[in-house]
Amino acid sequence: MTNYTISGSPHVHSTENTKKIMTRVIIALVPALLVAIYYFGWDALKLTIVSIATCVLAEWLIQKFLIKGPLTINDGSAVLTGLLLAFNVPAGLPVWMMIVGGIVAIGIGKMAFGGLGKNPFNPALVGRVFMLVSFPSAMTTWPAPKPLFPIGHVADAITGPTPLGLLKEGLKADGATVESIMKMHGENGDGTFIPFLDQIFGYHGGSFGEICAIALLIGAIYLICTKVIDIWTPLSILLTVFVFTGICWLVDPTRFIAPWYHLVYGGLILGAFFMATDMVTSPMTTRGKLLFGFGIGVITVVIRLWGAYPEGVSFAILIMNAFTPLINKAFKPKVFGVVKPSKK
Amino acid sequence: MNPIKTFLKGGVHPEENKFSADQPIQDFPMPKQIIVPLGQCLGAPADCIVKKGDRVLTGQLIGTAKGFVSANVHSPATGTVAKVDVVMDHTGYYKPAVFIDREEQDEWAPGILVTDELITDIKLDGKQIIEKVKECGIVGMGGATFPTHIKMAVPEGKKAEYVIINAAECEPYLTCDYRLLLEKTQEFLVGVKIVMKGVGTDKGVIGIETNKMPAIELLDKTIKEHPDLYSGIEVQPLKTKYPQGGEKQIIKAITGREVPSGKLPIETGCVVVNVASTYAIYEAVQKNKPLIERIVTVTGKSVKKPSNFRCRFGVPADLLIEAAGGLPEDITDVINGGPMMGKSVSVTSFPTIKGTSGILLMTLHEAQSRRQTNCIRCGRCAKACPMGLQPFLLHKVAKLNDFDETEKNHVMDCIECGSCEFTCPANIPLLDYIRYGKAKTGAIIKARSQK
Amino acid sequence: MSETLQILLIALGVLGVLGAVLSVILYIVAQKFKVEENPLIDEAEACLPGANCGGCGFAGCRALAEACVKQAAEKGNIDGLACPGTDMGKVAAVLGLTAAAFEPKIAVVRCNGSCKNSPAKVHYEGADICAFASTLYAGKGGCSKGCMGLGDCVKKCNFGALHIDEETGLPVVDPDKCVGCGVCARTCPRGIIEIRPRGKKDRRVYVCCSNTDKGALVIKNCSVGCIGCQKCLKECPFEAIEMKGNLAYIDPAKCKACGKCAKVCPRGAIHAINFPAAKPKEEQPTEAPAQETPKVELEKPVTA
Repeated sequence: MTNYTISGSPHVHSTENTKKIMTRVIIALVPALLVAIYYFGWDALKLTIVSIATCVLAEWLIQKFLIKGPLTINDGSAVLTGLLLAFNVPAGLPVWMMIVGGIVAIGIGKMAFGGLGKNPFNPALVGRVFMLVSFPSAMTTWPAPKPLFPIGHVADAITGPTPLGLLKEGLKADGATVESIMKMHGENGDGTFIPFLDQIFGYHGGSFGEICAIALLIGAIYLICTKVIDIWTPLSILLTVFVFTGICWLVDPTRFIAPWYHLVYGGLILGAFFMATDMVTSPMTTRGKLLFGFGIGVITVVIRLWGAYPEGVSFAILIMNAFTPLINKAFKPKVFGVVKPSKK
Repeated sequence: MNPIKTFLKGGVHPEENKFSADQPIQDFPMPKQIIVPLGQCLGAPADCIVKKGDRVLTGQLIGTAKGFVSANVHSPATGTVAKVDVVMDHTGYYKPAVFIDREEQDEWAPGILVTDELITDIKLDGKQIIEKVKECGIVGMGGATFPTHIKMAVPEGKKAEYVIINAAECEPYLTCDYRLLLEKTQEFLVGVKIVMKGVGTDKGVIGIETNKMPAIELLDKTIKEHPDLYSGIEVQPLKTKYPQGGEKQIIKAITGREVPSGKLPIETGCVVVNVASTYAIYEAVQKNKPLIERIVTVTGKSVKKPSNFRCRFGVPADLLIEAAGGLPEDITDVINGGPMMGKSVSVTSFPTIKGTSGILLMTLHEAQSRRQTNCIRCGRCAKACPMGLQPFLLHKVAKLNDFDETEKNHVMDCIECGSCEFTCPANIPLLDYIRYGKAKTGAIIKARSQK
Repeated sequence: MSETLQILLIALGVLGVLGAVLSVILYIVAQKFKVEENPLIDEAEACLPGANCGGCGFAGCRALAEACVKQAAEKGNIDGLACPGTDMGKVAAVLGLTAAAFEPKIAVVRCNGSCKNSPAKVHYEGADICAFASTLYAGKGGCSKGCMGLGDCVKKCNFGALHIDEETGLPVVDPDKCVGCGVCARTCPRGIIEIRPRGKKDRRVYVCCSNTDKGALVIKNCSVGCIGCQKCLKECPFEAIEMKGNLAYIDPAKCKACGKCAKVCPRGAIHAINFPAAKPKEEQPTEAPAQETPKVELEKPVTA
């Protein structure tokens, strides 16, 4: 006779599990990875592999020898962290730096808090910001994209700045305007500012995972369709950035670049769809997500336009991560049958 | 057909798996001995009024309700009381029960009309109807087994506007209500009229999920054919979504009103009655027949013949399972009721009772490995919760025994539908902890109010 | 003076002045709002375990110490105030009084339905909370008064004196750590744990079963449960045993720890702890009786 199982209801469960969710996010990042390999070749692939391997190994070692808890390596979260971390670095980064970043991301960003689900900050961003402040030069030396099958204009430069970095530096000079900088570095210059349509296909300098908006959006649509992420956080971020930079642009088009460039430059798309939506570190309710996205948008723009760094998405997300518990507390779902929250 | 309505907040959609939907109701042959538990409803078990050696008739009262929330128990068969002892029932505990050695021929207790004839003329008035419902021991047969007469008795100063018949049957697998609607349509509709008369209203709405289209059409047709008999009854199709048949959800879906937190449905002017209970009320009021039988769905993915049986109470469940093709080998979970809110039982020999809407046999594969992982704070539970609660939070604070926080976060509003746990990707037994928190918090609130 | 040094000095100066001002404010506030407390409270509290278990009926050790000092001042005694785990004599001495004789107590688990003695008939999956699991079913072995083995008591114990034995699935009390505060006894949803006097020489005799059901039902589910045969009742020379339903109960006030009842029990349900000949070892209530009474190792009924 078999022993029957006694368990509390419900007795059926959805087939969803953590591993499936992580796998879907990884799948969603594949197009962007392919584009990165197209532009940066072996370097991009190498760093991705190193990063993933470091993260998985770090998690395994910590779980096995420090925490001595159950091993949860195959839930895919470490792979995802590794992948996202790699996406956030220049393709020319030395391998050892990538390894340090991976160890910091998993060790300090995640396992120090107790592992998956307990980390207040996005581990990949913790790793990335750590690398950015530790290796500022390596982390901002962007190799120029070298397409495997070049179509149209190809820059000859070995390294190229990111459009946002170029703008920031260029505007410091007296009399420089956005227009003059874009012209100087346009198609006939070093090719940093090429027509907008080419930009969204990723042909510009930057961290190798963030350059191609189209590939990232394809992944994002997949995630939204499979209900892994909500549209609210990214929508709120993008709208905020668009509106905020739009206002600046209208006020002074010589000092500020048009808002649509802000959407595709830098890590905004990657950050908005793949890192700000990290379930662990983002608010749960829709209203909370909207506020969270708004905060990220504002901080990003402030850093981009007036901060010391040309790019601020990582910082913005990390800062808003810290507010997540507060937002969760402030925006609770409306309880059925409760007219106003009782204050007893 | 009316436009489809639904409740808006939360909800999930589990696989329906209504295997027995096309199986007509079969009368289940009575075994030699039946075991009638005295506690068949929510609340106190009935007081036994028979003793060993007594001869009881079918439909004779054998247990009287004790206390306010309690219901009478009647003998489902004719025979001799073998003993009054304990039996392990669906709760997993040994509970008092009357063992009756059955005689071949049913001898009905006096006053019961034994006929299949449809009686549409309602002779009793409202008060008498409720009295009759109480006398006949009718309870909510959807599973909660709350005594129906208490529900129907509209308190002073309140007015019932709608009678809502809960035919949503949102639990996957179960088909007992659906079959009853198809096969006893007219009786059921008369039952609705009786309930309407009992609570004193002329509006009755039957809420059915759209995965039961044949029933919706049949009811619509029958009402149209007899406009004089069934005036005031409306059929309201509801979206197939769990927990559409939750009392508060069905009221919200049909009337748009929300039952205030901590209050009873009558606050919204609604009385919600289950299909099987409505049919039982018809039999009680029109034929004076107490509640001694019900439709039981025996089903499961590996069950050979998923069936709907008309079964007297006290028949051990293993006989029903036998009749449905026997117990498959890969069964690890036997459930009294549906998969979302039913209760897993310790033994298959538990006697059927008023709340046994189904006997569900689940395989290991279905119950699937429930290896718990860390909460990833995805918020799906909060999205699925039809009551707007935050299950992840309640789980956490209940685990920490922080019952101030559970109360602040409205744990008492939880309807225990299980949507949160169903949807959790980390397989956390959310509802277990929430129920624990709810029980503890309830006790604290009660102790406080008594001070 | 270089510019850097100047900035440095300014910063130092500002911080220094700020610190001085704030410390003066702090000092004044601390003096002004000083709470005068009887120093005896601190001394009395020092005699208490400091685990804040609540076993004394007060919110914590300090609350008990306060109550003691208050009562000592008002009535000149500390009768009725007692920490279950400490000799109140020490507290009394601090207050210049004498206290009633201290009787050390210990938690006793009155269930022996281990995996072996009461084999599992079902398998439980869900929250590890006894209080919740017991709403779902009677227990793995089928005994509705038996231990659920999920460790509510272990989690509540402030002294780390309880753990679940992996082999038996039952909680085990560490006699060295247990102070007899009674938190576990109050936590257990089945009321299995009892706080009993440790007894002379740490010897104590108790019925290791809490099931008040009829004997037949007990036999069905457990091989070491009390069946209410009353043999012990007749054997006891001190009339210390009484029946509670179908369960024998040894009144610790009357029991002289002779151990006779333990020998006659046909089920091995009475445990005599720390008796030299029979059991020289420390408290091991789970295995010893089963070996002691091999003849009652009944065949389990096949029907569930």
